Amino acid sequence: MHHTIEVEHLSFAYPDGHMALRDVSLRIEPCEKVALVGPNGAGKSTLMLHLNGILRPTNGIVRVCGMEMQRNNMGRVRAAVGVVFQDPDDQLFSPTVFDDVAFAPLYQGLEPVEVKARVDQALAAVSMGAYRDRVSHHLSVGEKKRIAIATVLSMQPEILVLDEPTAGLDPRARRSFINLLRDLDQTMLVSTHDMRLVQELFPRTAVMDNGQVVADGPTDSILNDPALLEAHGLEKP
Amino acid sequence: MHVHFLDPYQPRSSLIHQLDPRVKFVLALAFILAAALAPIGAWPVYVLLFSLVLSVELLSELGVGYVLKRSALALPFVLAALPVIVTVKGTPLAALPLGMFITLEGVERFTGIAAKSWLSVQMAIVLASSTSFPDLLVAMRAVKIPRLLVAIVGLMWRYLFVMADEAMRLMRAREARSGHPAQPGARVGGSLAWRARVTGGMAGNLFLRSFDRADRIYAAMVSRGYDGEVRTMPLAPLAPGQWLVLTIGLGMLALLVIGGFLFWG
Repeated sequence: MHHTIEVEHLSFAYPDGHMALRDVSLRIEPCEKVALVGPNGAGKSTLMLHLNGILRPTNGIVRVCGMEMQRNNMGRVRAAVGVVFQDPDDQLFSPTVFDDVAFAPLYQGLEPVEVKARVDQALAAVSMGAYRDRVSHHLSVGEKKRIAIATVLSMQPEILVLDEPTAGLDPRARRSFINLLRDLDQTMLVSTHDMRLVQELFPRTAVMDNGQVVADGPTDSILNDPALLEAHGLEKP
Repeated sequence: MHVHFLDPYQPRSSLIHQLDPRVKFVLALAFILAAALAPIGAWPVYVLLFSLVLSVELLSELGVGYVLKRSALALPFVLAALPVIVTVKGTPLAALPLGMFITLEGVERFTGIAAKSWLSVQMAIVLASSTSFPDLLVAMRAVKIPRLLVAIVGLMWRYLFVMADEAMRLMRAREARSGHPAQPGARVGGSLAWRARVTGGMAGNLFLRSFDRADRIYAAMVSRGYDGEVRTMPLAPLAPGQWLVLTIGLGMLALLVIGGFLFWG
């Protein structure tokens, strides 16, 4: 399966009429790591919600792994694309951490032994192995964020889409998260305000503003363009 | 993203929309009371009440079809009264197993209950669709419903949408992790028991979140000086035209009920 993300002339308007995405086109090659930056309200989260079919385009086409989003292949799309939402409360819905991380493999019909192995692996990757039987509801934001990432890792998706993953993490958690991302070889699209993260991990950056992709290229050239950064509310790290 | 389409209020510029919300609220309640009091068997009264609610629907520019479609809401309550067909003693119409009979009086009683429910629900729908929620709260205060109760209703309405949003987010999270593996043959979706357990967990989660959120909201209210006392702005007096509409409406309904009792009581 070739894990690409192809977005062609995507436009999306929310039910209240607000045009969140205007003619967005983006192509991400297999195993490429791309950062998505831009001011608040640029449409980054909206774009990410299209990548696993939670939102449907008003106009345009979205293709992941070569599959166009349709009602009958949503199951395969969701197994292939792991989206980690900005707010961990949007991601966690089970009584215990184990249940949450085990949901995706259980749903896919894996054997209990395999499920347990995957859960242990995912929790170890985010250094939350000790939290296995905790009630996710009572954890701090940073802990919940790491669990949220684990819930997606246990799915072993080909494409990872992360919405502001380091927001709210303490420096140690942030560092361990950066190390985690560095070791993963999936195709990745990460939206973030953390420009140092962008500089450290992502060779390619796309800048979004006001529902459009205004720049897309090597991170170095984008971060060394003060006019571009200034125009879209960004700062050089 | 947000469930704001649950609000039944439909803005229009009809006569009914322009009526003072207090008048509408009182008349709607009086209508429902009249429908409840109308004696069983007083069919002309029911017909007149129906023509009354129909003319209100027409005047409100909501569309008769719109209201009638929503009045299917009354159906479950009507079905709860179905046993009345066999429990009321009277002239038997048809025989049922176990020695029960469908009686004429029972059918009459059932149709009466169905008519009352249907008419009341229609009037309630017109009230909710022609009056914005804040106006309804004003109307409730005007008829001296306790301020605390009105405040609770107001908060409940607001936070119903918040809870619906929260529920939607939980379901969206589940949907996003419900994937089908590439290799066929695996039993996708898990067993019914497992799915039931997950849903139960989600319901419990929603309850916990709402509880915690209520605590946080209370802390925010207290931080802004809330001390338990509900203080609101004073109400403007009712215009004379509105008083006229109110009196005529109440008068008509009273006549209908009295007439019903005189001739069919």
